[in-house]
Amino acid sequence: MVPRRFRVASTRRDNHDTLTVQLEPCEGGPLAFAAGQFTMLQVFGVGEVPISISGDPRGSGPLQHTIRDVGSVSHALAFAAPGQVLGVRGPYGTGWEVADGKGGDVVLVAGGIGLAPLRPALLEICAERDDYERVSLLYGARTPSDVLFADDLRSWAEDHRITVEVIVDRGEAGWTGRIGLVTQLIGKVAFGADQRLALVCGPEVMMRHSAVALVARGVEPQRVRLSMERNMKCGVGLCGHCQLRELFLCLDGPVLPFDRLEPLMSRAEL
Amino acid sequence: MDTRILTTDGLQALVDALHARGFEVMGPVVRDGAIAFGRVRALTDLPAGWGDEQEPGRYRLHRRDDPLLFAFAAGVQSAKPLFFPAQEVLWRVRAGDGEASPTVELTPVAVTAGEAPVAVLGVRSCDLAAIGIQDTVLLRRTYGDAAYALRREGTFVVAVTCSHPADTCFCVSMGTGPRPGAGPGPAAPYDLAMTEVSDELGHRFVVEVGSDRGADLLAELVARGVDAAEARPADRVAADRVVAEATARMGRRLDTDGLKELLYAAAESPVWDEVASRCLACGNCTQVCPTCFCTDVRDVTDLTGGLVERERVWDSCFDAEYSYIHGGSVRASTRSRYRQWLTHKLAAWEDQFGMSGCVGCGRCITWCPAAIDLTAEVAALRDEGGRA
Repeated sequence: MVPRRFRVASTRRDNHDTLTVQLEPCEGGPLAFAAGQFTMLQVFGVGEVPISISGDPRGSGPLQHTIRDVGSVSHALAFAAPGQVLGVRGPYGTGWEVADGKGGDVVLVAGGIGLAPLRPALLEICAERDDYERVSLLYGARTPSDVLFADDLRSWAEDHRITVEVIVDRGEAGWTGRIGLVTQLIGKVAFGADQRLALVCGPEVMMRHSAVALVARGVEPQRVRLSMERNMKCGVGLCGHCQLRELFLCLDGPVLPFDRLEPLMSRAEL
Repeated sequence: MDTRILTTDGLQALVDALHARGFEVMGPVVRDGAIAFGRVRALTDLPAGWGDEQEPGRYRLHRRDDPLLFAFAAGVQSAKPLFFPAQEVLWRVRAGDGEASPTVELTPVAVTAGEAPVAVLGVRSCDLAAIGIQDTVLLRRTYGDAAYALRREGTFVVAVTCSHPADTCFCVSMGTGPRPGAGPGPAAPYDLAMTEVSDELGHRFVVEVGSDRGADLLAELVARGVDAAEARPADRVAADRVVAEATARMGRRLDTDGLKELLYAAAESPVWDEVASRCLACGNCTQVCPTCFCTDVRDVTDLTGGLVERERVWDSCFDAEYSYIHGGSVRASTRSRYRQWLTHKLAAWEDQFGMSGCVGCGRCITWCPAAIDLTAEVAALRDEGGRA
């Protein structure tokens, strides 16, 4: 329960309310993690929150977290000054295990900040791109100004043969792309017959509808993986907050297959 | 070491021997009109001649006309707070020059510094089972709880047969009593287990050995000339009679057959709406439950912000903040919170830990200000399931 100390190396602004914080360890080596895992990240004296790691699991660069400035702790994290020491516990939880998709088609569906936890999986695919067949990223954002990682989106499409489809809830002047919900794109995505894998991250209602649409397209429910969000205080299954019936989402999740989640997600307030 | 008979003088000698070995002896004492765990030096600290009356939403002590030391049911708290305090500091940070300073010093707090190992005297069977459950939940995990491990390590447990169960008790249904370690329920190991007997042969304790340390302690008493005779057949019969009479006096029962499936299937039952109309979501049930383990953390700073302490405190699934994520609470309604508590305790716990989370101590019934009785709620769910 005692955190490691990391120092803020730099912070990059991604859009009007989201920043990516790059951290270097004060002592010891870099934090090894699997794509999809999270850490408990804290500003001493302010508080601690679970944040998914958004950097490259294969790289040795700084530890990256992409943070949306929505509360007191996330604000203090997003605007931590270079040199400031933060606390890091983890990495915790299950990962995407994207390598299960090798030899077949992979579809990634992201909603809003949900693109950040999927980024390590995309980077993992890019590093071994030839091992996968068709790879598609379906990304829904509220408005064009909310779109994250524009450089990455371009690079994934142009350099790594990933089909990137962006859709927004509301357009803005100059937007010539799609307007609507990300679930609408699932009906159009190109799928092979087998070895399909789908990774979904976003608001729970968006994940549920996406998963149902993916299953309707013939993806096996156990090959549709979602990253669940709940209140987390300890990250190690001891504090109880993240329970979803028998699941401790910090330990058993956050990434879980839809066949396990479906009966639980269909009940309000469970 | 065989089963031995201790007189009250012998029990005092046992307490003295535990002190001599460096233990802080904690046992039942009368405090604030209830029985709670407190320091025990002399047997006069124990609730001699006190009994209790418990029913939904009610707890009262009363005087008894006998000198029995353990003639009451579950006290206000189990042994849980001895190992898992309601509030403790996990670590502290000292910043040289405010929070932005790179010279942050992190210090894990040594939880047991200055704390003597605890000997718990008079752990009744339900609470012994609860210690076993807590050990599973907090120690036998991917990441165990270091503070709990330190406090539990070296604990000496003197269990007691529950001779006077309350109207709210149902340990027999849960397989956790009234004899310590009885039945199929999970139980922590005890060092010694005693049954208090008072009949024509006198007031005495039939003491069974549960560990080498327990045998060693009894042997030490015998070597020092303490009256600790081997149990006669009549003593065993008397102890068995205490167990049989307590079993017969059990105030409540809970039908555990297929309970997990029943509760999982009842997620949308109108019974939750009905109980929510009475439940105050006060969290009393979770505060007195011997197995509830949920905690929150809070960071406490001094005025300069240079010293930060991370405190862990008990939390309750009945609190609105408990399930809060950006945008609101996952469980906004009292209906969903009561469902979470009961379903976790009696059903999800089985999937998580391979056992029920309930030991049948009845505290949640006694200390509920709205007199909600989980055995009645389960019966209502069962009736409703039968009708469906």
